[in-house]
Amino acid sequence: MVYDGYLREFLELSEITVGDRIKVTKPEIEHIGMLLEKPDYSNENTLIIKLDSGYNIGVDVKDAKIEKIESGQKPSIKLDAVDKEFDEKKDNLSILSTGGTVASVIDYKTGAVHPAFSADDLLRATPELVDYANISGRAIFNILSENMSPEYWIKTAQSIYDEINDGADGVIIAHGTDTMHYTASMLSFMIDTPVPIVLTGAQRSSDRPSSDAFTNLMASVIAAKSDVAEVTICMHSSEDDPACDLHRGNRARKMHTSRRDTFTSINMNPLATINEKKLSINDNQVPYTKRGENELSLNDNLGQNVALIKMYPGISPEVIDYYVDKDYDGLVIEGTGLGHCSDEVISSISRATDEKIPVVMTSQCLFGRTNMNVYSSGRHLLAENVIGVEDMLPETAYTKLLWATGQSSDVNEIYDIMRTNLKGEMNTTLSQKYFIKG
Amino acid sequence: MSEDKFNYEELGLMMGLEIHQQLDSKTKLFCRCPNSLTDKQPEGKLYRRLRPTQSELGEIDRAAYEESQRNLQFIYETYNHHTCLVEADEEPPAPLNQEAVDISIILASLMNMKVVDEFHTMRKQVIDGSNTSGFQRTGILATDGYVETEYGNVTIETLGLEEDAARRIGEDEGKIIFRLDRLGIPLAEITTSPDMHHPLQVREVAYQLGQILRSTRVKRGLGTIRQDLNISIREGARIEVKGVQDLDLMPTIVENEVERQLNLISIAEELNNRGAVVEEQIHDVTDLFENTQSKVVLSTLEEDNSHVLAIVLRGFDGLIGREVQPGRRLGTEFSEHGKKMGVSGLFHTDELPAYGITQSEVDSVKERLELGDTDAFILVSGGYEKAYNALQEVIKRAKQSLDGVPEETRRAMDNGNTEYLRPLPTASRMYVETDIPTEIINPERVARIASDLPELPIVKQERIQKEYDLSQDLAEQLVHENNADLFEDICKTLPNMDSTKVASDIAYTIKDLRRDNLDTSKLTRDVLIEIFKLVDDNVIAAANTEVVLKDACNDIAPQESVKKNNLEKLSDNVIEEGIKEIIEENKDMIIDRKMGAMGPLMGKAMAKFKGKADGKIVSSIIQKEIMNLTK
Repeated sequence: MVYDGYLREFLELSEITVGDRIKVTKPEIEHIGMLLEKPDYSNENTLIIKLDSGYNIGVDVKDAKIEKIESGQKPSIKLDAVDKEFDEKKDNLSILSTGGTVASVIDYKTGAVHPAFSADDLLRATPELVDYANISGRAIFNILSENMSPEYWIKTAQSIYDEINDGADGVIIAHGTDTMHYTASMLSFMIDTPVPIVLTGAQRSSDRPSSDAFTNLMASVIAAKSDVAEVTICMHSSEDDPACDLHRGNRARKMHTSRRDTFTSINMNPLATINEKKLSINDNQVPYTKRGENELSLNDNLGQNVALIKMYPGISPEVIDYYVDKDYDGLVIEGTGLGHCSDEVISSISRATDEKIPVVMTSQCLFGRTNMNVYSSGRHLLAENVIGVEDMLPETAYTKLLWATGQSSDVNEIYDIMRTNLKGEMNTTLSQKYFIKG
Repeated sequence: MSEDKFNYEELGLMMGLEIHQQLDSKTKLFCRCPNSLTDKQPEGKLYRRLRPTQSELGEIDRAAYEESQRNLQFIYETYNHHTCLVEADEEPPAPLNQEAVDISIILASLMNMKVVDEFHTMRKQVIDGSNTSGFQRTGILATDGYVETEYGNVTIETLGLEEDAARRIGEDEGKIIFRLDRLGIPLAEITTSPDMHHPLQVREVAYQLGQILRSTRVKRGLGTIRQDLNISIREGARIEVKGVQDLDLMPTIVENEVERQLNLISIAEELNNRGAVVEEQIHDVTDLFENTQSKVVLSTLEEDNSHVLAIVLRGFDGLIGREVQPGRRLGTEFSEHGKKMGVSGLFHTDELPAYGITQSEVDSVKERLELGDTDAFILVSGGYEKAYNALQEVIKRAKQSLDGVPEETRRAMDNGNTEYLRPLPTASRMYVETDIPTEIINPERVARIASDLPELPIVKQERIQKEYDLSQDLAEQLVHENNADLFEDICKTLPNMDSTKVASDIAYTIKDLRRDNLDTSKLTRDVLIEIFKLVDDNVIAAANTEVVLKDACNDIAPQESVKKNNLEKLSDNVIEEGIKEIIEENKDMIIDRKMGAMGPLMGKAMAKFKGKADGKIVSSIIQKEIMNLTK
């Protein structure tokens, strides 16, 4: 936020700009310090100055005389260049940055955490990564992850494809945590990859000494060098620092608003754990795609619009009608329990399927499998040609349906894609181990 | 003044105080956890690392950098309900505690300060692990006040409001253990200008600030207040002495620091006269100690990859052993810097041969390093990396000795000396706490608080002493233990009650009960009023409150206690009857001793009534009876 109105005019007239050393004299008090930009919530008539002690204070300019003592330069972040000589013996990894907390810096202009680092900047802040691989990096775009959209997914997938095509032995995507699991899931369908594709982020911004970004990034480098050639999410295992979990990207979910160990594998356990720079596979009985097993290919055709709709007591059928009226390509329903809807909305759903809009059922329980044969309301839905997608997460079903509607416009073909396990996103059996309660 | 060890004015002595005081708000500054420590067994553990980062001005702070070099790892002890995700650095902070802001505004007003228009919470980088986030949340609430002293006014530069750090509990395999109960307790930070010029003045100002703090809701007791002292002389440098506990030790600390600075300055002069040079090369002399008999050296060589390393200090001979403070040498200061890298100590030429290191070993090192007569060497033994880093620190410190006094943070020791802690922090430690919105402080809020300020303790003590006719000791006790308000409240509710009785029960009786481990927290205002009302209503004798108070600590209601202990006062008739019986039994003695029998009879009567009769009434009846009998 910049200075507005009266203050802005005053500062312009006095030729005072942010970074200048100024003196503010009021009847009872005098302050000397550097003029800063305004944070949110600050009063309109308040100047923000940084005192010599390093503290910021706000000074109301009422009855104040303001003088410029000396011009200053806007403070800027400088980092030394990283010495990254190419080493034939090391793996070649690419870090692609999309913005978000893993790659951010304090922007004193607004007083907020902003995604401002390029992937190269990130590397400069974490030079020890260079000891483990030849690392190249670039920012493919710079957004907060809540602003992620299908266009950005296509761009990300294309960038990853290019990196692997150009010889990357692994790709790391720095991503905001809010929608990381949507992106990971979508990428898993768009790319067949011979190398690891690891998404990572941070729950504590990288400007702070306690940030989880460094541990997560280091663990991601180890994961990207491993033989787990899938799209994965690499984040803290627990509230402790050293260990990170490697989750299958279409099986993980952000489950806590703020904790470091927010990501949880659902209906499976994490594929691997990375502790002190060593990766260990958690369960040898769970298969995963190994390095070199797949040929690189990109399939980034997506449908136009798919909706993810949560069922709740009192929901109006108009909610469904809206998407049908708007001619959506597909609907994912986050049903209650085993995959149910209120009788109220059945006719609207029937209208959707009549119009050849695929309707896919998941469960808001997240854990467990949908099964619409048990209760009559489920059977009604089956009769209306709604399909269940087993133990697939709603977010995964959403990204998969968006992708599937880009592959075909035939509802039966789309249903076939949805019910086929493509990238480990669904399972025919569920272990008793796969639940929060162990 | 004539007793001063130094001419402080001539030396340009400047001192400032920094006081940290825990505030007694209900909850913590940035979360709503209880504002208290706990001795319960921790219920959880976190393992974390910290890493220095860039501040908004683009420089890594030098104190933060040094700490990071030590590669510290931390264990945090947590609780299920006494601490939360905020202390664990797992959740953004809750909004600023408004009660703590109000208490701070009271303090600001008492120190004649100007409260800022907007309070901005900053992040002050601290990566010694004492803050899970790697920074302390802090802000300036008021500036430019003063307190009056007999040496003139002393400026109070700033009043900060910040969070206290986690409690250091111990160490486990190189990891420092902290407990999160203290993290986030609100602290007021009072900083004076460095405009104190006499050692006794600092003590007076510290005392006065203590008075101001105790007039409002602040925590009492060990560890709730921490005092730091800034000291410099004109030719010296600014030294921050941390953790001065004892006000009376302040003048000695100042004296010893002045002495230290003067000695360091004179050592620097001598070094410069000699053209002294600190060589940067670190020599490996391990082979010269292959056959050493020195137990100290041998014990450090047990580590993996151990070496004996040496540096050359040209022109330093005789000066490393020179005393800079009582019992502390320049070599002690070098050693303190080295120890920060984890070695147990160092050896220097001025103290050798010693510690089992022989003259011939010393000579062989001198020969290897090509030392002249005025040159000195320093040895460090142990793991290579540790020893190497330690010597680098010593080289840095030795270079500083050519310039005189280095700026640094030191720790106060119990004998009035100080020891090296870390470099002085620089301003670049600060950047904005983006998770806490700016706090706009309305002038109306400040004015409202300033119009109703608490009395300073000394003023309050003098007033209640006079107003309630108390002894000075009682008044002091009440104020010191923060019970004066309770006392006044009870006296106002029971205006006919003997105020000295109320005061002494609060100041002494209850204190004794607490000492006997009774739960005196049960003695709330209302319970106390109920008990004193029993005395006021003449139901029990004043002497019997102790029994009822004790019972109340065990959840026995006052009325019940009176019944249970049969404390109800006897009626005048019963007393008269009882006394008559005693008189009858002791007739001979009364006739014999006349009024001299008064004492023994009183004793017998009081024993008989078991404290349930008023002494005054008993005495007057006995007197009357004796007179009747001996007329």
